[in-house]
Amino acid sequence: MSAVLDHTGGHGHGNDAGHDHDHGHHPHGWRRWVFATNHKDIGTLYLLFSFAMFIIGGILALCIRLELFQPGLQYFNPEQFNQFTTMHGLIMVFGAIMPAFVGFANWMIPLQIGASDMAFARMNNLSFWLMIPAALTLVSSFFMPGGAPAAGWTLYAPLTLQMGPSMDGGIFAMHVLGASSIMGSINIIVTILNMRAPGMTLMKMPMFAWTWLITAYLLIAVMPVLAGAITMTLTDRHFGTSFFNPAGGGDPIMYQHVFWFFGHPEVYIMILPAFGIISQIVPAFSRKKLFGYTSMVYATASIAILSFIVWAHHMYATGMPVTGQLFFMYATMLISVPTGVKVFNWLATMWRGSMTFETPMLWAVGFIFVFTMGGFTGLICSMAPIDIQLQDTYYVVAHFHYVLVAGSLFAMFAGVYYWGPKWSGVLISETRGKIHFWGSLITFNVTFFPMHFLGLAGMPRRYADYPMQFADFNALASVGALGFGLCQVYFFFFVVVPMLRGKGEPAPQKPWEAAEGLEWEVPSPAPWHTFENPPKLDATATKVIG
Amino acid sequence: MKMIPKLWPVALRASLAASAAAMTGLAHAADAVNNLPGGPGVRDLDFHAPATAIAADVQWLHYAMMWICTVIFVAVFGVMFYSIIKHRKSRGHQAAHFHESVAVEIAWTIVPFIIVTAMGAMATKTVVAMKDTTNADITIKVTGYQWKWGYDYIKGEGEGISFISTLDTAQRNLSDAGTPKGDDYLLKVDNPMVVPVGAKVRMITTANDVIHSWSVPSFSVKQDAIPGFVRDTWFKAEREGTFYGQCSELCGKEHAYMPITVIVKSKEGYSAWVNDQKKLMAAKADDPAKVWKIEDLVARGEKVYNANCAVCHKPDGKGAGPVKALDGSAVVLDADKMAQVAVLLNGRMDKGMPSWKSLNDTELAAVATYTKNAWSNHTGFLVQPAEVVAARAK
Repeated sequence: MSAVLDHTGGHGHGNDAGHDHDHGHHPHGWRRWVFATNHKDIGTLYLLFSFAMFIIGGILALCIRLELFQPGLQYFNPEQFNQFTTMHGLIMVFGAIMPAFVGFANWMIPLQIGASDMAFARMNNLSFWLMIPAALTLVSSFFMPGGAPAAGWTLYAPLTLQMGPSMDGGIFAMHVLGASSIMGSINIIVTILNMRAPGMTLMKMPMFAWTWLITAYLLIAVMPVLAGAITMTLTDRHFGTSFFNPAGGGDPIMYQHVFWFFGHPEVYIMILPAFGIISQIVPAFSRKKLFGYTSMVYATASIAILSFIVWAHHMYATGMPVTGQLFFMYATMLISVPTGVKVFNWLATMWRGSMTFETPMLWAVGFIFVFTMGGFTGLICSMAPIDIQLQDTYYVVAHFHYVLVAGSLFAMFAGVYYWGPKWSGVLISETRGKIHFWGSLITFNVTFFPMHFLGLAGMPRRYADYPMQFADFNALASVGALGFGLCQVYFFFFVVVPMLRGKGEPAPQKPWEAAEGLEWEVPSPAPWHTFENPPKLDATATKVIG
Repeated sequence: MKMIPKLWPVALRASLAASAAAMTGLAHAADAVNNLPGGPGVRDLDFHAPATAIAADVQWLHYAMMWICTVIFVAVFGVMFYSIIKHRKSRGHQAAHFHESVAVEIAWTIVPFIIVTAMGAMATKTVVAMKDTTNADITIKVTGYQWKWGYDYIKGEGEGISFISTLDTAQRNLSDAGTPKGDDYLLKVDNPMVVPVGAKVRMITTANDVIHSWSVPSFSVKQDAIPGFVRDTWFKAEREGTFYGQCSELCGKEHAYMPITVIVKSKEGYSAWVNDQKKLMAAKADDPAKVWKIEDLVARGEKVYNANCAVCHKPDGKGAGPVKALDGSAVVLDADKMAQVAVLLNGRMDKGMPSWKSLNDTELAAVATYTKNAWSNHTGFLVQPAEVVAARAK
């Protein structure tokens, strides 16, 4: 019953009645959420929070596309435009994608490994509620004197030194969000390493738990690096230091090195859990075990390790020595090897399976197809001479939206449709799921595919106005963006709201015929407490016996 | 070998012809636009036509990569879609039971490894060539300012030429008005950089305030201009013409309005241009010792103001958004008339006001005098160039 906000709506159906211990044992009303220590409630909070931020970031994206619909300035001035691009990036990365995956982790990791809850329940509460003031600071920066930060989400010095007071608010918000992420990561690592049900060895763990374990280590390694970079920016701004301020002998390029040492692993922080979700869904709907489980784990770990030695491929145009360029070019290209292994493993899982295409599988296949396009453009960008042409153009914008929207976001939608019945206890309408999928897939490509051409033809990113030759592709992208936005509004009203209200056909314990894993060993919706006593597992660690 | 990749844009164009035609109806604004030689083409699907050997190499590398990626993509997803069609439950396909194969897994690790290493090898020669800035015929230092480019010819024919290059003011106003017009919209500058054809030009980049990036796609050149540091890059244009680029690193509010225009002239044409520039510079040189009358200095100052200050502070001196109004400003009206000169010389980085040290003493004196006596400011103050010289020396 945990994800159902409206208790009267979700009551009394079928198989959960006997397991529903929640009434009378836990706080009701607002206390249930403010004092939440239950991993399922906190997971729900994370998911709803990130969806709210996704909508805010999406509105900013639509403001950008509105201004770029035609050449010339029609609606906003260039300063506002820069605020939109900056805040769109910050809100989507730190407010939407990262917390959404933490939400998935909170809900699913204890269920998948047979643990009763997360290891540190109160820290879990704190790490969620810390995000609220941080998000408010970020969003309210539009109303501060001088407007929101407008230095790009990468916050490059020394442009950040020219920003108004909202920059300090932004830096503080990043610090708080970083602290929240680190707490979340510690919680996930400790939970996974200490609280697995007896018999579930690491190499029997579900892939989603594996990818999150590795992601959590990445987060702990790099969030402090970001905190360092923005703290130095802060002291440069107010306390007369000159870490990055060239006027005092500082080095603006050092900022970029430090930022991207965080920023590149961050890219994988945002995609590895997505790989995990896809690795759960593809076998379930192929009715076949995941191909190459071991190599999947090693590929994930290799991607994580390689992600630490490729950061300067974001900086080819800063002018680095030839040996540096060659090193970062070859190292970056190497990442496509383990990434390729993952794609091949998914295909081999599908190969000679017995596939059905319910909504989660559609999203998963859509993910593999479109994400791979983003992977190939990444390979093209990794080639230093080509990247000199593409750096800071719309090609890069296209590339990272193919991996972050068609990658991370599509995988999250896949996850919502796959595990949603377990959260809410109701089945999601297949028709609605399919409308959402096909609508999003088409409008996504209408929005971002033309950006490749804009970039090749040299249109720089973060431009409020552009030469007339770019007009048609920009108009097309803007139309696509509006459509994509509307698809997500549809998703909210026709999928999320019914789930929250518990409206729909009651979900059986295992709505997907061939899904495997401990999460399908508990009733739908998952009762307030699960696995209070460690379950006894069979040899594959996917079923509870006795 | 080099012919095969060229089929790529042809194939792409053909497959996109229909959608491109459909799009023409979408944005009427673009109806009247033509391709801009040396700049972007209408609905261009490819890099600008190369004007240097490096740019041709880069274009070839990109075609090669597109072909390799397309072949892999079609092969991999051919397998996936075959499987999706054939191996479905609704067709009665029973699931097989295999879930690992060491041989296959090693193969699809090794083969991609070899492919990407080969890709790297393909690009290595170009990486090295792009970095070789030795033996230049002409060296030009380009400085990024918010929001214009400064060019200083520091070695080779034309040594000593120095000018500032700014976006055409009329185009900037068209942008604000939301009525864009012209094939070179947002790409036209008052003073383009000029180089001779066939000469190796070394560009040294730096910046005055924040990071900018000097980029000309036809030359395959993009080099960040970093304040406090110098970097270099090079190009050797192989044909005459005008080539366009735009600042490619976010540098604040007017980032979209600091284009780059490079004119490549014949050897003789270049020499003639150099002579003209030298004459112009001699004529323009101001004597900072000259004592000016207030009317003349105000008239001169208005020109300096409109060329440099009006972008932010606006022609009516009211400023906009975070940019302060000069009309009625305490600093401008200050009894200590040198307070404003100090701001002009040093900037107010905290408020986004850059330093204007690069203007000469007469220009600074003129613009200060103008603002002190324009709009509702009637101070009657007169700042002589000599006073700026003194302030600069402090």
